Amino acid sequence: MLEIAFKGSKKYWLWIVLLLAVIGAGAIAYVDQFLNGLMITGMSRDVSWGFYIANFTFLVGVAAGGVMVVIPYYLHDYERFHRITILGEFLAVACLIMCLLFIVVDLGQPTRMLNVLLYPTPHSMLFYDMIVLNGYLFLNIVVGWKVLEAERNQVEPVWWTKPLVLVSIPFAIGIHTVTAYLYCGLPGRGFWLTAILAPRFLASAFAAGPAFLIILCYIIRKFTKFDPGWEAMQTLSKIVCYAIIANLFFFACECFVVYYSGIPSHLAHTQYLLFGLHGHNMMVPWMWSSLGLMGLGAIFLLIPKLRNNHALLPVTCAMIFFGAWIDKALGMIAGGFVPSPLHHVTEYAPTLQEGIIALGVYGAGLFVLTILYKLATTVKEEVRG
Amino acid sequence: MSKNTIMAGLAVFVLAVLSPFWFNLITTTQAAPKPELLGKAATAKKCVLDKYNMRAEHMYLLDVWRNSVVRLGDRKYTGTNGQTFNMSLSTGENSCLGCHEDKAKFCDSCHNYASVSPYCWDCHTNPKEIK
Amino acid sequence: MMIKSRRSFLKVAGIAAIGMGAAPVMNLAASESHGNAGPEITKNEESLHAKRWGMVIDTSKLTEEVAEAVNKACHKAHNVPDFTITPDPEKYPHARTIRDGQEIKWIWPEHFHYAFPDKEDEFLAEKFHDLPFLVTCNHCKNAPCVQACPTQATFKREDGIVIMDYHRCIGCRFCMAACPYGSRNFNFMDPRPFIEETAPGFPTRTKGVVEKCNLCAERLAKGEQPHCVEASEGAIVVGDLEDPESKIRHLLAEHYTIRRKQSLGTEPSVYYIV
Repeated sequence: MLEIAFKGSKKYWLWIVLLLAVIGAGAIAYVDQFLNGLMITGMSRDVSWGFYIANFTFLVGVAAGGVMVVIPYYLHDYERFHRITILGEFLAVACLIMCLLFIVVDLGQPTRMLNVLLYPTPHSMLFYDMIVLNGYLFLNIVVGWKVLEAERNQVEPVWWTKPLVLVSIPFAIGIHTVTAYLYCGLPGRGFWLTAILAPRFLASAFAAGPAFLIILCYIIRKFTKFDPGWEAMQTLSKIVCYAIIANLFFFACECFVVYYSGIPSHLAHTQYLLFGLHGHNMMVPWMWSSLGLMGLGAIFLLIPKLRNNHALLPVTCAMIFFGAWIDKALGMIAGGFVPSPLHHVTEYAPTLQEGIIALGVYGAGLFVLTILYKLATTVKEEVRG
Repeated sequence: MSKNTIMAGLAVFVLAVLSPFWFNLITTTQAAPKPELLGKAATAKKCVLDKYNMRAEHMYLLDVWRNSVVRLGDRKYTGTNGQTFNMSLSTGENSCLGCHEDKAKFCDSCHNYASVSPYCWDCHTNPKEIK
Repeated sequence: MMIKSRRSFLKVAGIAAIGMGAAPVMNLAASESHGNAGPEITKNEESLHAKRWGMVIDTSKLTEEVAEAVNKACHKAHNVPDFTITPDPEKYPHARTIRDGQEIKWIWPEHFHYAFPDKEDEFLAEKFHDLPFLVTCNHCKNAPCVQACPTQATFKREDGIVIMDYHRCIGCRFCMAACPYGSRNFNFMDPRPFIEETAPGFPTRTKGVVEKCNLCAERLAKGEQPHCVEASEGAIVVGDLEDPESKIRHLLAEHYTIRRKQSLGTEPSVYYIV
């Protein structure tokens, strides 16, 4: 089936070359980081995780968002999602590969990475994160591939794909729950120490994932003969709508708790994000833009006329995707680490080189996504003749 | 046509796979250098293991030592010959480099020959170098 | 003692064998069964023992000079890099400089409201305002860093010291996020160019690993008191928290002491007499 990826239009190859160039630039920047250490990043003693882990967290969400097409189709026989389930699964694959790459580029000693397997440590949440992330990746690759192959040969998928799909559902919830547990089980970090963190992660994931999927559907419609179906996209946009409202609601709950209770060690972080702390307010414009984008996006999706507008929908989805990215990637890290446990305010901004490395990882993810989507759309075109 | 391509590809593959052998054919090889016992080590004559075990197992021994010192806090080693040693690469008189004073002759010459570069010295210091 | 140690040696040898291919180490260990005594691994006779090591800092004896002496003594002996110096251009021609905030500290002075952000009083006693509280790793009984570490590179020894195996650390910095006291440091670069005078008694670290106070485990093993205790002119006492007869317990019995962020349940082993 992979041979499909080697046949494509000029535009396809141009895109591939562009992605390879981005990956190459990221790789060169990474070699320098590998040799000289994480000093090239903007991270510090006080903000010890940065752009890499932020993007990791966000992409775990996008990966988990894939389950929003799997559940309706496999559990509720929602036929309209038949065409796009494979897109959700392959999106999860690409995102998980980016997640794993982000973890690797974040490690100080990447060559010792396998120590996690050599000395398995069940009391560390990273141990479980490793299991669920790799498990979910494996499940999606196997299921996506087998189902697509069956579709190409015009036979029923082999029987064991169904139980694997069913297992992948709790895994999808699991990857984001465990990723939230990485943060919310730490005693000294008031911003993360909240039971609602995992639900909030899931809510924003179920908004960002399907929102991105809708944008991808538009791209597929433009560049291939395969039509994912306007009605499927409409259903997805409703899912995005509910999820982003849930995310905003959860954030409002957070704000109520910290501001009404007024406990300084919890309040300081939210205060830093929304209004700045001791004159440090780098995150303020970002956070308000994020809230604006998500809020406006929710309104656009709530009003049927606006939701059904072909031209507006991708813009709305991009707003929500970007808003959720600021909220969960930038806000989650900056809010958690500022102020520090000693209540020093050390702000964080990624360096250019850090950005290039991150871009390289995104390039690698898009590369995988392009190949997988090329396979999926070509097979679907073939079958429909 | 395709037959020729396959044969050519096969030939390149076989050449590539056998590269270590023909590389050695066209370059000169040298016998492994022997670690030189200098200074205190030359007269002490008693080490943590006998010569043969030392040659084969010093990295395993160091691994056991490192776990023992770092994780259990056990730092004293008594060899089968009854001698006691401080389980340390380079701190103090009774450590590896405390007796084998010349790291270049004791460690490096052989490691260079075998083309291995253990990362011990990224952290551990050679007393001679830091003076 | 001997038997126990031999067993622990075999255990470690066995662990190594699993990872490294069993045969050679088993030979090494097997020599034991052939009559003559096998190699033995024990603690140093002179080493100091405790059920749970702890520290008491008498803030009435802390002055800026003492705090600085303690900081210097510890950092010098443990080869903690000082990023304010200029590296030797001959030895390290390509050394880069780190960003602000990427520094490394094992024990250092902080003002009261940073050391105890949860005890920030509006009308704090005057004397506390400028007092250099020394802060360091608390060697918590329930250490969040130990819980977080995915490779057991940070672990708790039997004697209560929370210590690191720098060989094993993968540099994920989960422990830094977990520590509620900001006591952990990451080597954002190779520290060596910034170590003015390398102390021979302790290794340096390499780039990409986390590090922190080890309560001078290397000195306790030689029967010596930690560097900070020696440099503190009596302000710091280290001893066995579980031994009611120890000096540290007498101090705790006689004085009112506080600990950092007690409410988190980490049970810090560092007490401050105020």
